[in-house]
Amino acid sequence: MSGSILILGIGNLLWADEGFGVRCVELLNSRYRFPEPVQLMDGGTQGLYLVPYVQQAEILIVFDAVDYGLAPGSLKIVRDDEVPKFMGAKRMSLHQTGFQDVLALAAFSGSYPKELLLIGVQPEELDDFGGSLREPVRAQLEPALQIALDFLAEQGVVPEQRAADDPATELAPEPLALTPYEHGRPDEQCAYRHGDIRFIPQPSEQD
Amino acid sequence: MSLNASQLDNSGRRIVVDPVTRIEGHMRCEVNVNADNIITNAVSTGTMWRGLEVILKGRDPRDAWAFVERICGVCTGTHALTSVRAVEDALGIQIPYNAHIIRNLMDKTLQVHDHIVHFYHLHALDWVNPVNALKADPKATSELQQSLAPGNPKSSPGYFRDVQNRLKKFVESGQLGLFSNGYWDNPAYKLPPEADLMAVTHYLEALDLQKDIVKIHTIFGGKNPHPNYMVGGVPCAINLDDVGASGAPINMTSLNFVLERIKEAQHFVKNVYLPDLMAVATIYKDWLYGGGLAGQNLLSYGTFTRLPGDKSTDLLPAGAIINGNWNEVLPVNVRDPEEIQEFVTHSWYQYADESKGLHPWDGVTEPKFELGPNTKGTKTNIEALDEAHKYSWIKAPRWKGHAMEVGPLARYVIAYASGRENVKEQVDRSLSAFNQATGLDLGLKQFLPSTLGRTLARALECELAVDSMFDDWNALVTNIKNGDRATANVEKWDPKTWPKEAKGVGINEAPRGALGHWIKIKDGKIENYQAIVPTTWNASPRDNKGNIGAYEASLLNTPMERPDEPVEILRTLHSFDPCLACATHVMSPDGQELTRVKVR
Repeated sequence: MSGSILILGIGNLLWADEGFGVRCVELLNSRYRFPEPVQLMDGGTQGLYLVPYVQQAEILIVFDAVDYGLAPGSLKIVRDDEVPKFMGAKRMSLHQTGFQDVLALAAFSGSYPKELLLIGVQPEELDDFGGSLREPVRAQLEPALQIALDFLAEQGVVPEQRAADDPATELAPEPLALTPYEHGRPDEQCAYRHGDIRFIPQPSEQD
Repeated sequence: MSLNASQLDNSGRRIVVDPVTRIEGHMRCEVNVNADNIITNAVSTGTMWRGLEVILKGRDPRDAWAFVERICGVCTGTHALTSVRAVEDALGIQIPYNAHIIRNLMDKTLQVHDHIVHFYHLHALDWVNPVNALKADPKATSELQQSLAPGNPKSSPGYFRDVQNRLKKFVESGQLGLFSNGYWDNPAYKLPPEADLMAVTHYLEALDLQKDIVKIHTIFGGKNPHPNYMVGGVPCAINLDDVGASGAPINMTSLNFVLERIKEAQHFVKNVYLPDLMAVATIYKDWLYGGGLAGQNLLSYGTFTRLPGDKSTDLLPAGAIINGNWNEVLPVNVRDPEEIQEFVTHSWYQYADESKGLHPWDGVTEPKFELGPNTKGTKTNIEALDEAHKYSWIKAPRWKGHAMEVGPLARYVIAYASGRENVKEQVDRSLSAFNQATGLDLGLKQFLPSTLGRTLARALECELAVDSMFDDWNALVTNIKNGDRATANVEKWDPKTWPKEAKGVGINEAPRGALGHWIKIKDGKIENYQAIVPTTWNASPRDNKGNIGAYEASLLNTPMERPDEPVEILRTLHSFDPCLACATHVMSPDGQELTRVKVR
């Protein structure tokens, strides 16, 4: 698979802004038909399972929610050797340690992408199990896609817009797609959703 | 008799390991050590909150598998399979024989893959010192390899020298991750350099193997890394006459491809994994700590059922052993409200009456975070927990009131005690090889209930699973050739065919132990959904009677070389293959810190 380009969305879509990476590849996949050497993947929180795909990629584009220490919704691009540092320095979620190890394992095995592009967004909210993207993060979906498309164009890769009668094969099962995921969410009355109440300020109980 | 908190000594220095690294999810462990650095008290806590009903209530039960597949990065397929089983059980759906075999093949693929990855990529570094491997003479490694596994052709000095050079470059480059968090000069590491180099080499080989074996999931599940499942069967068609490429129905070409992957995995397990493990066990022969509950109470739901719906054909049988009595394997009924119950006396949840446990069908997940009066630190920065009160986000599941260990070791002891010949042969063969290599004369009950025994049981189970995949493959091909192409039963796909209310349970033995999903369906929607995952059993806090869980029990009486370097704690906890991502959820702000080891 020489010359291959892997476009990987990572993160846990069940945790609000953590789903950013997965939603990016979902959108790309639904809109475009990519030429042969490009593979789109919903990597979820798969960690070590992703090693073989990274090993096979010559160019790796990763969409993710990253804690850059910036304002929520800030979009930041990181390239090549800088990528592993940003995927582990501030560990926000389970998969990020995982992905730093994925890159390290690929490097140790001797098969490492020649070029890496991390398109990351600063999340606003993670502690919302079953929740979806917050507005500042959702607003960065289109700009993030454009960055990837521009980068691909520099490589001479231009995807074809999908026709209405030519729907894509979904990367993930349909119930997980953004719209059914959001519409099917149990309401607050029927399912307590506030997570770890240590971090919910309660005036009478603060230290 | 379970191990009871009242027998523990919590004086002495307190050591906090937070988070426990190289696991999925977030976990914290606190122990007390006495003047001789021997562990006298252990406290295991899940620091994240979970509640599957938050995402599943009101959704279509046929979709639940896709959501539960996302709760964790390791046991994706296991949750999906258990979920479709729960729905099928509730609705009374029988799946076709082909679907049953294909699910078995996928489940075993996951088991084999998970065990190999666990040993090499998550657990080996508790025994193997990669930095010490740099000192090895590749010729000595070659000789060692040939003596351990004559059937392994990858054994030349040049092969090991190449890996050593790569390792040297890697370490010198200061690459992040992998080997950066070790305690590489701790005397708890005992392998000679040549064995360390062999193990590091196999760390890389295991990486190659895992990428091949998971292709079986792509054949049957359509997608990786998140394979597809389906209520009523499997989402793939069969047509042996077809010649299409990927995405096409299962044909003879794809089945032969699967067979090749099984053969490769079997070769690796027998010629690399098992010999490596025996070599490690031989050198660490004196390190027989970590048994804990394994010598007492063990539970398995049984797995790898040969004939659909017939649990008597389980390759590894269901059962419970209590009080270390291997002469009696007790039956387990996951539907009986008196058998499996979850307690929250020491968990950050509340029940109306906390002296009683609740069966998962009636399960309640209502958070209540409060710290005991002897907690040190503040609510957002806990220095030491007060285990006499609530102290974990994990509930305490109990079987007839007993704390139980689950996992490969539990499955193996139960299979052995049930008189399963194939398991007895494996276990007896391993013990006799161990005794012969070490000059010891250990009995089974001295050897198996230990950290090493747990790690060995996992490897033996990997061998059993991969061997039995050939039988599944043959059964599948025979059944298809006999003209059966059915892969799904869709008679009850339409919710109009469902009763107004139904409840079901899906059980499975995940790589790390007994897994159950309990579902209630009402008006075609999910009314309640509760899961008890293996790590909930093993990492459970104390219960209303003070019985302690498997992790806590396993750490007791273990001596530490250096209390500020928790190699021994990690070694034993990793032997359970912890997966806290499913047991608990929500990130804690602590996650931004690297491993924190505090001695108080």
